[in-house]
Amino acid sequence: MDAISHVAGRAIPFGRKNVDTDVVIPAHWLKTITREGLGKGAFEAVKKEPGNVFTDPEYAGAPILIAGDNFGCGSSREHAAWALLDMGVSCVIAPSFSDIFSGNAFKNGILTVALPQEAIDRLMEVAREHPIDVDLETQSVTTPFQDRWTFEIDAFRKHCLLEGLDEIGLTMAQGDAISVYEAKAKADLPFLAKTPATAA
Amino acid sequence: MTKQPRTLYQKIWDAHVIDTRDDGTSLIYIDRHLVHEVTSPQAFESLRVAGRPVRRPDLTLAVPDHNLPTTARKDAAGHILPITDPESAQQLAALQKNAPEFGIRYIDSTDAEQGIVHVVGPEQGFSLPGATIVCGDSHTACHGGLGALAFGIGTSEVEHVLATQTLLLKRSKTMEVRVEGQLGAGVTSKDVVLHVIGVIGTAGGTGHVIEFCGNVFEEMTVEGRLTVCNMAIEGGARAGLIAPDETTFAYVKGRPYAPKGEDWDKALAWWRSLATDEGATFDKSVQIRAEDIQPTVTWGTSPEDTSAIGGSVPAPEDFADASKREAVKVSLDYMGLTPGTKLTDVEVQNVFIGSCTNSRIEDIRAAAEVLKGRHKADNVKWAIVVPGSGLVKAQAEAEGLDKIIIDAGLEWREPGCSACLAMNPDKVPAGERCASTSNRNFTGRQGPGSRTHLMSPAMAAAAAVTGKLTDVRELMG
Ligand code: SF4
Repeated sequence: MDAISHVAGRAIPFGRKNVDTDVVIPAHWLKTITREGLGKGAFEAVKKEPGNVFTDPEYAGAPILIAGDNFGCGSSREHAAWALLDMGVSCVIAPSFSDIFSGNAFKNGILTVALPQEAIDRLMEVAREHPIDVDLETQSVTTPFQDRWTFEIDAFRKHCLLEGLDEIGLTMAQGDAISVYEAKAKADLPFLAKTPATAA
Repeated sequence: MTKQPRTLYQKIWDAHVIDTRDDGTSLIYIDRHLVHEVTSPQAFESLRVAGRPVRRPDLTLAVPDHNLPTTARKDAAGHILPITDPESAQQLAALQKNAPEFGIRYIDSTDAEQGIVHVVGPEQGFSLPGATIVCGDSHTACHGGLGALAFGIGTSEVEHVLATQTLLLKRSKTMEVRVEGQLGAGVTSKDVVLHVIGVIGTAGGTGHVIEFCGNVFEEMTVEGRLTVCNMAIEGGARAGLIAPDETTFAYVKGRPYAPKGEDWDKALAWWRSLATDEGATFDKSVQIRAEDIQPTVTWGTSPEDTSAIGGSVPAPEDFADASKREAVKVSLDYMGLTPGTKLTDVEVQNVFIGSCTNSRIEDIRAAAEVLKGRHKADNVKWAIVVPGSGLVKAQAEAEGLDKIIIDAGLEWREPGCSACLAMNPDKVPAGERCASTSNRNFTGRQGPGSRTHLMSPAMAAAAAVTGKLTDVRELMG
């Protein structure tokens, strides 16, 4: 996982509320067996709307996406995070996110920043012509016009994102504790700790 | 020593904690992991790239279900038929290759035991009371019907479990949904859970694990309990639970992967200690009277959009909340429904009886009972019954249910997820309605533009017969 400490550049002023993961990446893209290439399918239906921000060359390759309330609701598909990464987005700013989406985003090294609606309104305005700057270290979002907002982030998540730490590697480092648990479970809960060697 | 009274959820949680960090995140041991073809390929790919093995292949079971066509899988000579959709074929082939490569038990698409993960797990005795169970599918909550703590996970978590047999989790809050009283005739477990979601809303259980309590669930069969817990996720909950009891133990006993001999005795003793203690408290509590529950259907595009079958399509103005009013407007427009229309006047062109919510033998029996000696209405163009597993299919055929279904003009298919999410060829055409026993009525869930009405198997069978949403009680007795 790539370390992430600072995301600066253009932001896609999408702003829509209750964007579910079906909108981010429609179900028929779920048939892939790799994480790559999903950017093509990202926001497929929105891209067909005239004047949409996703096909506007102004925002091509922008690393930040600005959305409305409850971003990433609906199906738990992680493909939504992969699709965003594949289109070059590494930070999403919205008033709120679905729990599952923010978890999936974090696991894939995407920073989710929750800011109040007033801040989103202002960012939408700025984003049309100017870059935005998101700094994880200081937990702040700034614009070239001296706007500045701070955001909250779980300390553990911040640490992992800054260091580019992979959760699986971290847990594997606790292998001994897992083995201790397994030994105890074998004695106390043998019926859960194993499955019959041969299914009769 | 006096112990703090604990809920069923707390007891299962406590038994699986390996370590807890200062911020309250715990490393939780996972007892059983079910794997299917859609959410696993990228997880296996990453393991391969990182050179990581699967820590406990023996606690993992892989079975394809989402993509499989439900038409015949072999030709008359017994040769396996190819999958025509190249993308589906590729996902299925990936699982077929990955499972043995990582030493995982694999049930193939043409094996007698193949079926929907959430039907296969309990049926094989792989899913057990008191166990932590995960799967990369949001309806994993289903296994909570056995008294297991079961929930859906994303692909990164699938990889995490494969590599470490653990997950990093924060403890959920607990919510009690108590239903007491006497259910009326024609009211099934599906009606109970649809009614519950209608009452609590799709966000009612957010951040919580729901325990379903009360005599209604105590008197329910295990299959009915699986249906109820399956849909806990539609009420926003992470998982649903029903305390394991003698009904559960009788169900589990003797199944292929169930504990045996001494292990069985130990298991029983522990399982009997799991029920929520007297005096334990829930963070939230909802009481519902069984007598208030009618055969229920959905009219909108959210599972909370429920109504008793005797009701009418609501108007946006019927809702106090402004954002809900807006949602109802959009939803009625999508569904092509006019406020005030009696639900029993709504015609359906398609019927789907299946999915991990309702494709077990009891569900097939309930549908067949309604279909017996009747025929589907002419306006119903497409009606399929998709058993949840090969074993359910064989049992139904042994009871002659397939014949009743076929004689009624419905199709009898091979097991799989099918029109629940329409990843395989089983889709509802755009603009058409489907009486469906699945769990989600979202926009486009059963195919682009499809209009879904959720209901019980008996109600779906009744709709097939009359060609309209129907109160099954009118066809009974
Ligand atoms: S039947 Fe539907 S809900 Fe159940 S596992 Fe398959 S796709 Fe998921």
